[in-house]
Amino acid sequence: MTPALYNFILKTADDCFILGHRNSEWTGFGPFMEEDIAFASMAQDKIGHAWLLYKMLDENAAAAETLAFKRAEKDFKCCHFVEQPIGEYDFSLMRHFLFDHADQLRYEMLMNSSFEPLAHFAKKFKGELKYHTMHADTFILQLGNGNEESKARMQSALNFCLPLALGIFEVYEGEQEIISQNIFAGEKVLQEKWLEKILPIIKDAGLQMPDMATLQAVNGGRHGFHSDYLQPLLKEMREVVDAFPDAIEW
Amino acid sequence: MYGNGYISPEETAKQKPDPLAGEDLQQLALFEERIARGEKIEPQDWMPKEYRRQLIRMIEQHAHSEVIGALPEGTWITRAPSMKRKLALIAKVQDEIGHAHLLYNAAETLGKSREAMINDLLSGKSKYSNVFNYPATTWADVTVIGFLIDGAAIVNQVINAKGSYGPYCRALERICYEESFHLKQGHDALVHLAVGTKEQRAMLQDALNRWYRPIIHFFGPSDKASVHGTLLMKWKVKMASNDDMRNQFLDQYVPKIRELGLDFPDPKLNKNAEGVWEFSDPNWDEFFATINGNGPCNAERLAVRRWAEEHGRWVRKALINPSQKQVLPLS
Ligand SMILES: [Fe+2]
Ligand SMILES: [Fe+2]
Ligand SMILES: [Fe+2]
Repeated sequence: MTPALYNFILKTADDCFILGHRNSEWTGFGPFMEEDIAFASMAQDKIGHAWLLYKMLDENAAAAETLAFKRAEKDFKCCHFVEQPIGEYDFSLMRHFLFDHADQLRYEMLMNSSFEPLAHFAKKFKGELKYHTMHADTFILQLGNGNEESKARMQSALNFCLPLALGIFEVYEGEQEIISQNIFAGEKVLQEKWLEKILPIIKDAGLQMPDMATLQAVNGGRHGFHSDYLQPLLKEMREVVDAFPDAIEW
Repeated sequence: MYGNGYISPEETAKQKPDPLAGEDLQQLALFEERIARGEKIEPQDWMPKEYRRQLIRMIEQHAHSEVIGALPEGTWITRAPSMKRKLALIAKVQDEIGHAHLLYNAAETLGKSREAMINDLLSGKSKYSNVFNYPATTWADVTVIGFLIDGAAIVNQVINAKGSYGPYCRALERICYEESFHLKQGHDALVHLAVGTKEQRAMLQDALNRWYRPIIHFFGPSDKASVHGTLLMKWKVKMASNDDMRNQFLDQYVPKIRELGLDFPDPKLNKNAEGVWEFSDPNWDEFFATINGNGPCNAERLAVRRWAEEHGRWVRKALINPSQKQVLPLS
């Protein structure tokens, strides 16, 4: 595996892993039981995908655990968007909407990847992702068109999220190689498809799209520069593992 | 999870001098014949007021126990020590919330709304299983809960699934099916600690020590008076005595813990010549104090639920719009 391909898979996996971790924090705390269940099942899907992608990098089962539980923060390649705390439901729902549309489109594009394991993976999980975006769209439309408070909340969540969401498409090391080898058509192409997809839904939800030209993407994650939230997240995740350095299995 | 012994009907005699006052005796006779024949009672069927009251109380407490029961384990989701454990724990806690959902629906068929039930939970009026008022302080607690508390719940739920109220029995059947996975993952995680390093094993023994008493309390105090022939037994609302259920549980699970070279902190815990498990006085005063709101975590558990209710209110308010149908995916 070339370093470029490794890097591409790793950042994709890290996004899923960290967002899955965040979404799992909603289990038991959602606005109603059905949403607890929905966020818990999305968390499982995301963490499950990350696990499979980590295994793609190294078949050895212990290697995936090491990537998740032992790797240094600076070696993570996730974007800042997924690192943010869950906040209130408006933020978490908006992140779920913006991220999962990009995720779904990414996998659709990967179905034609020249790297067979990724193409196979993308085909296998197509249905699952469709289900997530359907869930997001339903609630974005209902809360955007709900009452004054829900509309205002969703609008400020959108304004807050967009610069972070643009960080999903940050250029990473080796991207040119990935494009020229037909592994993936590139983050620019993905971003365009993504905008095309989300704009009409945002409009139907009665929300205003901020002027994209004025937005500054929150970048850095793809190069190992993270927000202040990643380190504490990792520390919490590893609390048990770190306290038992001699333990081999759990 | 967790229908437990305390989640059981109250003894009618204690509550009302004549629970059947004003009932149509002919209808009552038909109702009791149906139950005796093993038929299920359905929501639209005639039923005595006392039967309805006791069932609402029992199913509601069971539903609350699932919701609150998700909390002690839920706090470990972000700290589960491997990918496999993480995924299994999220799935398990998610199931428990799903159980609450099924049970609230079953209770609603008897005429009390989910909202009213949740309000009674938050105000402290309704009870839930006592075990969830104890903290899960280490990862080993999660494995003990998954294996032993879910194990105890299964004993209770399998028995109650043979009761007379159709919607409750059907919910319990589905719940028992999922519980068997919980038991399996709990057992697997517990065994991994038992055969792990010295430190992992010590953490597990410590958790067993702390959970022993709440587990003995789980099925509730002896209810000798109700063992035979009471109204609730006749109506198949209560299916077995607390002592019988506890004994069945101990018989199944104590050997499994001892097999691993571990034990419970009670030298008197033993099966006597008649096949009945004996144990030291588990201090029922502590049990009653906890049930009445003075356990180690009662306040915290309800505070967390209230937080979720308050922070989610704007969402629920915005969604009350009958013209828009919601698509609510359930896994
Ligand atoms: Fe369970
Ligand atoms: Fe359950
Ligand atoms: Fe699930």
